[in-house]
Amino acid sequence: MTETTVPTREGYRIVGRSPAHHDFADKVAGSLLYAADWQLPGMLHGKVVRAQVPSARITAMDVSAARALPGVVAVLTAADVPWNQIVEHASGGLGELAVAMPVLAADRVRYQGEPVALIAAVSPQAAEEAAELIDVDYQDLPGVFEVEAALEPGAPLVHDEGNLLVTWNIGGDAAEVDAAMAAADLVVEGAYRTQRVEHAYLEPEAGVGWVETGGIITLRVATQVIEHAGAIAAILGLPANQVRVISSYMGGGFGGKEDMTVEPYLALLVWHTRRPVRLVFERQESLLATTKRHPFTMRYRTGVRRDGTIVAQDVDIVGDAGAYPYLSARVLFAACVCASGPYRVPMVRHRARAVFTNTPPTSAFRGFGAMQVTFAYEQQLDRVAAALGLDPVAVRERNFLAKGDAIPTGERLDTAVAVGECVRRALDALGEPPRPSGPGRRVGRGFAANMQPYGRTMWFRDRAACWLSLEADGSLQLRSGVTDLGGGQAASLAQIVSEILGLPLGEIGVHIGDTALTPPAGGTFATRQLYMSGNAALAAARELRARLLPVAAALLGTAEDDLVFEDGMVRSPDGSGGLRLAELAAACHQRGVPTSHLGTWYAPTGAFDPASGQGSSFPDYTFGAHAADVEVDLETGQTRVLSYAAAHDVGRAINPLRVEGQIQGGAYQGIGYALGEEIVLADGNATSTLLANYLMPNAVDLPDVRVVVLESGEGKGPFGARGIGEPSIANAAATIANAVAAATGARVTQLPITPERLLGALDALAVETDTVEGGPHAS
Amino acid sequence: MTDGDKQRVSFTVNGEAREAWVFPHESLLDVLRDAGCHEVRYGCGEGVCGTCTVLLDGEPVSACLLFAVQAEGCSLLTVRGLAQGAAQPGEPHPLQASFLRNGAAQCGFCTPGMLLTAWALLRREPHPTRERIRRELCGNLCRCTGYSKILDAIEDCRQP
Repeated sequence: MTETTVPTREGYRIVGRSPAHHDFADKVAGSLLYAADWQLPGMLHGKVVRAQVPSARITAMDVSAARALPGVVAVLTAADVPWNQIVEHASGGLGELAVAMPVLAADRVRYQGEPVALIAAVSPQAAEEAAELIDVDYQDLPGVFEVEAALEPGAPLVHDEGNLLVTWNIGGDAAEVDAAMAAADLVVEGAYRTQRVEHAYLEPEAGVGWVETGGIITLRVATQVIEHAGAIAAILGLPANQVRVISSYMGGGFGGKEDMTVEPYLALLVWHTRRPVRLVFERQESLLATTKRHPFTMRYRTGVRRDGTIVAQDVDIVGDAGAYPYLSARVLFAACVCASGPYRVPMVRHRARAVFTNTPPTSAFRGFGAMQVTFAYEQQLDRVAAALGLDPVAVRERNFLAKGDAIPTGERLDTAVAVGECVRRALDALGEPPRPSGPGRRVGRGFAANMQPYGRTMWFRDRAACWLSLEADGSLQLRSGVTDLGGGQAASLAQIVSEILGLPLGEIGVHIGDTALTPPAGGTFATRQLYMSGNAALAAARELRARLLPVAAALLGTAEDDLVFEDGMVRSPDGSGGLRLAELAAACHQRGVPTSHLGTWYAPTGAFDPASGQGSSFPDYTFGAHAADVEVDLETGQTRVLSYAAAHDVGRAINPLRVEGQIQGGAYQGIGYALGEEIVLADGNATSTLLANYLMPNAVDLPDVRVVVLESGEGKGPFGARGIGEPSIANAAATIANAVAAATGARVTQLPITPERLLGALDALAVETDTVEGGPHAS
Repeated sequence: MTDGDKQRVSFTVNGEAREAWVFPHESLLDVLRDAGCHEVRYGCGEGVCGTCTVLLDGEPVSACLLFAVQAEGCSLLTVRGLAQGAAQPGEPHPLQASFLRNGAAQCGFCTPGMLLTAWALLRREPHPTRERIRRELCGNLCRCTGYSKILDAIEDCRQP
């Protein structure tokens, strides 16, 4: 069995337990209907035709042969799109370049795989054949494929507006930082690169659309954000209330279904044909053209005192936005805020820029910019420790943030910061260090701490709603516009409501993700759903309870404060009297007391000043640490993870089994990122679009992740919970890199840590140690 | 291709006789999905991810890599047939119950394939080690769980 440490629970009825909920029963039975599983009478099959080149002018497009093919019902191009623009405001108006993305490319192609035409046909085969018949003439244009090239003066422009999407600055100016560096005992410099990776959820992007009564364009899609209905309506030139989006339970999302995927294309095909349409991206299409994680280039200068105290940090980050803005401005903001990690740094200068290239757009991916920087800041501190001859744990302990400390934006942390305990617990969980399995092999232990925001940036004034309705038979309906990626987002709400209203989970019907029928809750992203909708569900349940209480108290002749909601009943504490909720509902209706309630929860808000780099960033942060033992084969450069442990302070574990699952899954995805995964491009062209060539870990590649769940009780979610969806992916790459360095003395600063790269680093180290006394050193 | 190129193929799915007219190039995956077996899922079409796993005469295969005509005369089991072996009608198979108990499903997209591969393994080898289970599952990818809880769930169902 997996080794796990989970605290025991007192004072809660169901919070802190791990019941399997409705959706999990359906998933295990195989009866859950995902987005691609919907079938409707007369349904057509959609297909997106994509550009084959990364940078070109479209000089002509001939679709006549495709239109003439039997079985083809519609072929659409840019001219058929009423409003051919998607404009992101990812920074919320704080200064990114306004660049519109066409739904279908009209005259210019900016990345390989960009959509140029749409097909609807009676069968997938007919749609496929029609796609082959579409004739596009491309005139190649010069492109830029790396951020360095894109920032060169005179570089080809991805957009006429410029190649620099956004620049964020937090902290002091160059002169102040240079002065602080000059006063430091040691300055460690490092440069780090991270790669482009794929979300690789097992469910490809998919959806089915149809025209509902009243002409409503209705899409049932795998999406994290049903609120895209507004953008879809704008594309179709319709009022927002003429588009309805329903989110199916997703087969994974990880941020890759946060932006629109199939939605605009599906909506256009439905709107033109007035028939049901199914659109499923092929896996290879998904690998080629959907959003990826931002490759980062990061330069760090860390100034420290002899005792390891950090005095200054200077960070310059460039993120590759790909060809269109998507959420890059916000991803780079998160990177800029978190670039120094969970450490006190008296003088920082953080700069983060997002730069356009002629590559597939990058956008949200679990960790959202705050994870790439962990790879850098945690290696910097190991280098500091090595250079000063100090213990890496001691160096961190000297610098950890504490509750009440200011972070680089000037905000003070107002909840527990248990990051030091996370480090100790993760290292303890590893146990005795293993010995090398043979000659030519080295074993090393590494760890990495992190901080990751949960909740949206505070100037977005976030809110979520939950509507509870007590039915005549005493069962409850829970409606909320959340979407469920598979992390139990819907089930957690039921568990929170059950805690307050005392109904068994089986008596709570959960209805989610429908712009027409559920109150808006915001998308499932930014590790915000438990924090936001959890608080909304908690508020709704408490408010409904408060409404029911006086009626129950009157019926039972007891004081309101004494009543207990449990087992679908309201009871007096001594058990002398009790009411079934059905009886209570009937009594409410007789007295004209409504038995349903809409609860809306508003997150605390704040403002950020991009000029000074000061202000409010995120509502709160989740802290954690991972540790690993690895073995490196010096002959082959192969790195094997021998044992792995992850510790996070989740505030309060609503459902401990799912918390563990999130942490194990995040760590696993992070280890894949560390050791193997990469979308490889050559001048903007995909070198492979096969899943077989995308090296995500299978069951034999990794050891079990031992989980330590800490509960400070100080999160800002319901019952003191913190978000844990994203935080657990961030530590893995730095953990592995630090363990590899501990094993070999060689530091790999570019991800993924492939055997080739590690052998290169070992060779470089051998040359260095031949010429310099004293072995590996810091910068 | 015209409808005249179609061939008749017959097999059983979860014990129920099925017959379909299919093109020779049609994959077993597409034919099963068209026949309403949505629990057999498209994940990659390359035989890599394992979400389309079915048991063909008791052995796990990727339905995306087989032509439907190759299933002629075969007996197919999907995850919805697993519970037929349960003690009570409507109850989950012990392996399914173990997946629920151990939190072995998150998004659930890989779950049917995982269950079928595990079922076939436990039938062949009632006492596999954790390492043996790992090797058996290497054709079924999961992106959510990190595999640990899936392994826990399968271990829980080993014969004592």
